[in-house]
Amino acid sequence: MSAGARLRVDPIACDGRGFCLEILPEMISPDDWGYPIIRAAEVPARLAAQASEAVWLCPRLALRLDAPDRSRPRGTPR
Amino acid sequence: MTTAGRTVRSAGQGGRTAGELPRLLPGPWAGPATLASHLARHGPLPAVGRGAEPRRQLIAEVGRAGLTGRGGAAFPTARKLAAVAAAAAATGRTPAVIANGTEGEPASAKDKVLLAQAPHLVLDGAVLAAQLTGARQATVVAHGAVRDIVDGAVAERRRIRYDPVPVRVLTAAGRFVAGEASALVNWAGHRAAVPTAVPPRVSERGLDGRPTLVQNVETLAHLALIARRGAAWFCSLGTPAEPGSMLVTVIGAVRQPGVREIGIGTPVGDVLALAGGPAAPLTALLVGGYSGTWVVPALVATAPFSVAGLRGAGASPGAGLVAALPAGACGLAETARLARYLAAESAGQCGPCLFGLGSIATELAELAAGRRFDLSRLRRWLAQVDGRGGCHHPDGAVRMIRSALDVFPAEIAGHAGGWCSGTRPGAVLPLPPPARR
Repeated sequence: MSAGARLRVDPIACDGRGFCLEILPEMISPDDWGYPIIRAAEVPARLAAQASEAVWLCPRLALRLDAPDRSRPRGTPR
Repeated sequence: MTTAGRTVRSAGQGGRTAGELPRLLPGPWAGPATLASHLARHGPLPAVGRGAEPRRQLIAEVGRAGLTGRGGAAFPTARKLAAVAAAAAATGRTPAVIANGTEGEPASAKDKVLLAQAPHLVLDGAVLAAQLTGARQATVVAHGAVRDIVDGAVAERRRIRYDPVPVRVLTAAGRFVAGEASALVNWAGHRAAVPTAVPPRVSERGLDGRPTLVQNVETLAHLALIARRGAAWFCSLGTPAEPGSMLVTVIGAVRQPGVREIGIGTPVGDVLALAGGPAAPLTALLVGGYSGTWVVPALVATAPFSVAGLRGAGASPGAGLVAALPAGACGLAETARLARYLAAESAGQCGPCLFGLGSIATELAELAAGRRFDLSRLRRWLAQVDGRGGCHHPDGAVRMIRSALDVFPAEIAGHAGGWCSGTRPGAVLPLPPPARR
């Protein structure tokens, strides 16, 4: 379902609880302070189920999956 | 580079002729411009005709002028105006306009000087922006130091019912990130002046959920002049790619520090000369702001002060700051002070910014003090913090610190061996007193 989608963290919502780090270590690793770094945003098909689970289980609802076509064109104003 | 850096000038007499400076500031300080003296100098603001077509035409003229935001991001103003007007039409919501005179950058003074000397030019631009987007009110957020002057100017206009829309004035929040667009929208909406997550962008959903135009006060002043004199006049200064003039704040080791107005693309050496020239041999320049870029003076002396002209040095005009570091001042000590300040100015919402900048500032303090210090760990932390905030505050701090590591290698080697070039007492770059931070 989420294959090809892009994984993104809302850094303001994220509190570094670390659920995503345990569920999806193939794509997410911690920085030196324990906050998630998404190494590659695009979700491969074999990790689609895990990615969805990580999004579901984030207690801060800080992890998002964006459909690829939802990314904005460059140069869109704030 | 040569083409982009060419400063277009044309001959003329009188303060309003094409190519003449200053455009924005009224000249020697004679108190804030009154509405009468403002109108005598610039003439009345042309009325915007009824309906969508006159608005569309004026936005197109702003596009032809090539005006970009003067708050640091240099985004094309016409595209922002059009985006807000389009979002308003699409959603049926009346848009909001906020003039950003927060100037949270402690070293920058250009917005305060503009509001103090030419408040009516900014108010003209704010009211015009409201008309162009269809907003029914303009909000001006002014730095506390100039709030009274802005209030006075608004009262003067209100007495003679000069403006077609009401103008509301707020005092800016006194923190570094308060001028960021979403933080400003929050402040104007009576919430804490901290950034919120993007998307949505404020141009789509901002103040009270309205499509919101946030524009730096200097940008609005230029807008008010373009409405009067047109795009061709505006483009008679600056470079073909980056037309017009801009305000710069020159501080540090120059003979006459202060705010100057330059044609965009003026060589960096000439910008220093406008501030009286170096007061001592210079070892580095901090360009753009406290989250800008350290550069070697000799390498940028002939570089045009423009986005294109400074790109080669890894720098950008930003909000127009040039800070000159004299020989005898330690660049690492200055960088460590700025890093500690920027870390303390984190809104504290994002972990990498809150904890990362703090760790980085502590490491830099060790380096500045000549104690044990791990350069590879510092570089790893800079990479881990870069781009990981809800706003660009951590990115800017990382940019400034990385440039210091590039520009002060001899100083880093010296500190490792217990030697420092700093011989002068006191700091060069000003910071607000700790009590106000």
